[in-house]
Amino acid sequence: MIRKSLVIIGGGPAGMAAALGAVKGGLAPQEILILERDKRLGGILNQCIHNGFGLHTFKEELTGPEYAARYEAQIEEKQIPYKLETMVMSIREGEEKEIIAMNGREGILEIYAKAVILAMGCRERPRGALNIPGYRPAGIYSAGTAQYYVNMEGKLPGKEVVILGSGDIGLIMARRMTLEGAKVKAVAELMPYSGGLKRNIVQCLQDFDIPLLLSHTVVDIKGKERVEGVTIAQVDEKSVPIPGTEEFYPCDTLLLSCGLIPENELSLGCGVEISPVTGGPVVNECLETSKSGIFACGNVLHVHDLVDYVSGEALEAGERAAEYVLSEEDSGPGGQELTVCGENGVRYTVPSTINMNRMKETQTIRFRVGREFQGVKVSVYLEDTLLRSIPKKTMAPGEMEKVILLKKDLEGKEIQRIRITIEEA
Amino acid sequence: MFDVLIIGGGVSGCCIARELSKTQRRIGLLEAQPDICEGTSKANSGIAHAGFDAKPGTLMAKLNVRGNQLLDELALKLDIPLKRNGALVLCFEEEGLAKLQELYDRGVTNGVGELQLLSGEEARALEPALSEEVKGALYAKRSGIVCPFGLTIAMAENAAENGVEFYRGYRVSAVHLNESGTYSVSCENGESFETKILINAAGVYSDVIHNMLPEKEGHNHLEIVPRRGEYCLYDKQAGNLVERTIFQLPGVYGKGTLVTPTVHGNLLIGPTAEDVPGKEEVNTTKAGTDLLLSNGARSVKTLPGGKQMITSFAGLRAHHADHDFIIEESKGYPGFVDVAAIESPGLTSAPAIGEYVAAIVQDIKPAPMKPDFKDTRAGIVTTEGKTLAEKKAIVAENPAYANIICRCESISEGEILAAIHRPVGATTVDGVKRRTRAGMGRCQGGFCSPKVTAILARELGIPVEGVRKSGEASVILYGGLK
Amino acid sequence: MEEKKELTCIGCPMGCQITVTLKDNMVTSVSGNTCKIGDTYAREEVTDPRRTVTSIMKVDGGELPVVSVKTKESIPKGLMFGVMEEIGAVKVNAPIAIGQILIENVAGTGVAVVATREIKEK
Repeated sequence: MIRKSLVIIGGGPAGMAAALGAVKGGLAPQEILILERDKRLGGILNQCIHNGFGLHTFKEELTGPEYAARYEAQIEEKQIPYKLETMVMSIREGEEKEIIAMNGREGILEIYAKAVILAMGCRERPRGALNIPGYRPAGIYSAGTAQYYVNMEGKLPGKEVVILGSGDIGLIMARRMTLEGAKVKAVAELMPYSGGLKRNIVQCLQDFDIPLLLSHTVVDIKGKERVEGVTIAQVDEKSVPIPGTEEFYPCDTLLLSCGLIPENELSLGCGVEISPVTGGPVVNECLETSKSGIFACGNVLHVHDLVDYVSGEALEAGERAAEYVLSEEDSGPGGQELTVCGENGVRYTVPSTINMNRMKETQTIRFRVGREFQGVKVSVYLEDTLLRSIPKKTMAPGEMEKVILLKKDLEGKEIQRIRITIEEA
Repeated sequence: MFDVLIIGGGVSGCCIARELSKTQRRIGLLEAQPDICEGTSKANSGIAHAGFDAKPGTLMAKLNVRGNQLLDELALKLDIPLKRNGALVLCFEEEGLAKLQELYDRGVTNGVGELQLLSGEEARALEPALSEEVKGALYAKRSGIVCPFGLTIAMAENAAENGVEFYRGYRVSAVHLNESGTYSVSCENGESFETKILINAAGVYSDVIHNMLPEKEGHNHLEIVPRRGEYCLYDKQAGNLVERTIFQLPGVYGKGTLVTPTVHGNLLIGPTAEDVPGKEEVNTTKAGTDLLLSNGARSVKTLPGGKQMITSFAGLRAHHADHDFIIEESKGYPGFVDVAAIESPGLTSAPAIGEYVAAIVQDIKPAPMKPDFKDTRAGIVTTEGKTLAEKKAIVAENPAYANIICRCESISEGEILAAIHRPVGATTVDGVKRRTRAGMGRCQGGFCSPKVTAILARELGIPVEGVRKSGEASVILYGGLK
Repeated sequence: MEEKKELTCIGCPMGCQITVTLKDNMVTSVSGNTCKIGDTYAREEVTDPRRTVTSIMKVDGGELPVVSVKTKESIPKGLMFGVMEEIGAVKVNAPIAIGQILIENVAGTGVAVVATREIKEK
C-alpha cells in the first residue's frame, strides 16, 4: 500500500506540468506520484516528432520529443516520483482517494492520496462513431495510429492515402507520409472549414499540392481485406452527402482525423460530472471537478490546440491541488459562486464556475467557438452589463480562445453570471 | 487418410468436429481463412433462439429446440459466455395479436417451454424502455444471448484437445471421388487430402463445394443465396437499455429488427435482410443503418445517440429457397455429407447439428467411442468481474496480466498470450480480438491494434509486416520506411 | 512591375494572413502580420522559401528502432525530398543524446541534422 498527498494520473505534458505546479504550490516532491501507462513520460508528444511546440512556453520552436524532454528533465531534477508502464484501473472518491493500479513489476497497487489530478489526455474518434458505410478491411487507421507506426516503429502503414478529417494530426500525417514516399490523394473535411491550424494547411498540404476538399466526406469504403479505394462525396449545409457528387479515389489506406475525445473512463468511474459539450469534467476556478480534491487538466478536461496551453493549465491545476492538500479547512470555501456561461457561438467555458473567495487576482477562461467568425469581438458581460470587449479578426473552431478576468472587476458586484459571447465588431 | 474431413471452420464445422472427436476416428478440418470463425459465425445476432419461430416439422425447428437445450450444459463445460436473458416479440397493431398467438402455438408445437403472452403494459413493466405503441408481446424465457465467437472457438479448442487436426488457410479448390470410394480434396495452396467421409460445412460457399462433385441423380445442383444482415453495435454505456432480446413481429414494416444486449454488455441492433450477389459482400450501407435505426426506434423509446455507436458490421446468412437446413448424405455420392443452408437459427442449432451429423457419420461407418474423451475446456483466464484479491492472485501468477493492452475492454497481455498459444490459437489481429475482446471496445482497436500486432509478430516469430488483420491479403504494414 | 502575394504565416499557430508587395522581385512592403516573425517569414517565403524537416532515422541497438530528428535550421523548401533521402539512408548507433549531430551537412545545405530525442542502449 502506498500513501501520497497527490497522485497524478498520466505522465504526458499535462501530468508533468501538474506535478511541477504542485511542487511550486508547496508540496514536497516525494509526496507526489505520477502514474504513466507508457514506457516513458511524455505521452503523445513522443510520437509528435514535428516542430511547432513550445513557442509560448520556451519562446522557441521545439519538436514534441524535445518539448517533453524539457519537462522530463525538470521532473528528474526535482526528483518527483513516477511509475511507468503502470495502468490505473479505478479511482474511488472520498476524503482519501483510493487508486488501484497495476504493472508487471509490482502487480496490483493500492494507492491512497489526499488529492488526485486527472491528466489522462484524449483519444481519437474511431470509425464507428463516424459511421462510414462500406467494408471493414485492414488499412483504416486513425491518424495517430499511423503516426505511431511511422514515427515510433519506422513502419509504413500505407502507400496511397486518403485522409478523412482535417484535424491537425491528419494534416501533419499528410506531410509525414508524403515525405516518406506515400502518395496522399486528398484530405476530405465534412465541415466548410478545416479543424486544424492554418499553418498546417500551408506547410502540410499546400507545400505538397495535396487537395483539401472542404464540405466533403467519405461515403463508402471498398476492399474486403485491404482498402482498395474510397468514395468521397460533397455534403450540403446539413452535412448530408449530395447525390451525384460521388467520386472514387483508389487508395490502400484511409486515415481518420475526425476529432479527439477526452478519455474519461476513470473519471466516470469515480462519479465525476462530465460536460456533454467538452466530454471532459465540469470544473471550477481551481480546475477541481465535481468531486472534492479531484482535479483535471489538459486534454482530459477539454481538447487543446497547443501543448503550451496544456502545460499552462496543468501548472495551475498542480498549484491548486497543492493548496487543497495543504489547506487546513475541512468545509467548503463559502463566498459568492459565479457561473460562467458561453453564449452565441461560445460552445463552452473552462472553468464553468468561479468562487470569489478562491479566485486569484486573475482568472483565465478558456473556450472554443462553434463556427468560423470574421471581424467580431469577444464580449464579457457581468449579467447584462458589458465589462470588456476584445476585437478578433478571425475565430475558428480549431483554435482555443481565452479571456482573462480580473478579480477587482468582479469584487463586490451583485451578480451571479458572467457571460462570454461573440458579437459583431 | 482421414476417416472424416470437414470443410469449414464456422460454428457448424467446429460443433461437428467436437462431436465426432468423441469417437475413435482420424478427423481433419479445413478452413479457407487464416482462422476459424471468419464467416457467418462471426457476424450474427448472437442469440440462443428459443425455437418458436421455425416452421413445425422442419429440421430447423427440431435442431433449434434441441440446440438451445444443449447450450446450457455446454456453456458450463466449455466455458462459453451464455446468458438466459429471455426475449420478447413485440406487436404494434391489434391485428398482430393473432399472429403472436400463432407464434405461441408454434412454439408449443415445437416443444419450446416457458412461453407467455403479455399485454403491452405487462411487456413495458418488464422492459420500461419499450415503446408505448407496443400492443402485446410473446415472452420467451428460454431465449438467451451467447457469444458467437466464444461458442465456435470453444468447440474448436475442445475438438483439437481431443485430436481433431485443424488446417487453417486451406481453401478447397477441388473435390474428387476416387474409385476406391474415398474422396480427394485439393486446396489452393497445393496441398491435398484423402478422406473416407467428407462433410461440407462451408457456409455461404457450401453450394460451391457441393457443386464441385459432378451433378447426377441424387446429387442435384445446389444454390445458396448470400443474405446480408447489417448490424449496429453500441457502447457498453448503452448496454442496459433493455435486459431482454427485443424482436418485432414481422409485419407491414418489413422484417423485424432486434434490439438486444450482447452477452458482453454492448447493445446490438440488427439485422437487415438483403440478398446480395457476392459471397464476400459484407459491406455495410447507409440505407441499412438508417433502416435499422428507424426500425429499432419502433421497439424502444430512446435509442442511444449516434456517438454511442462504436461500429457497424454485416454478415451473410447462407440462405436456401426452401428455408430449411440441408443436412444429409448425398444420395449420389456416398460418404459426402452436406451441412448447407445453415442460416438463422444456425448458431443456436449448431450443437444439435453436431449431434445430428455425428449420427449420420455413425450410420455411414460406425466407430467406437473414445474412452478418454475430454468433455471440458477452460476459457482464457481473465480479470474481468474478479475481486481485487482474485486479480492480485492472477497477476502474481502471471505478471503479463498487469500489462493492459486494450484499454477499452481492459484486456492484458496475459489474455493475448493465452489466445495465441492455445490449441487452434490466434494468428491474426482479428483472431486475438475474437478470443479476448482486445479491440472490441469503443476505440475499436485504435490504440491496441499496433500492440497486438507487435505481440503476434513476437510470439509467432514473424516480422510485423507479416501479421494480418484477418485474411491473407489484409496487410497491416508495408514494411520499413525507405 | 508591381506584384502582390497573399500568404498564410507559418511562424506560429496564429496563422496571420499576410500580403507581400513586390516590385521587380524585390519586397517593397509586408502587411497583415502581427509580429516580426511574420515579416521575416513573408520576405523569405517569396524569395527563398525554407522549411524545417523533421523525420526519423534508423537506430541500431537502441531502446527504440528509430530516433526522431530535425534539421537544425530550416533548409530550402525545394530540397526537402533530397534531405529526406539522405536521412533515410543513414543508420545510427545507440546511445544517442538529444541534440546530437547525426549528419553534419545534409544534402549540401550546410545545415546539420540533429536528434530530437535521447535513445538509450537496449
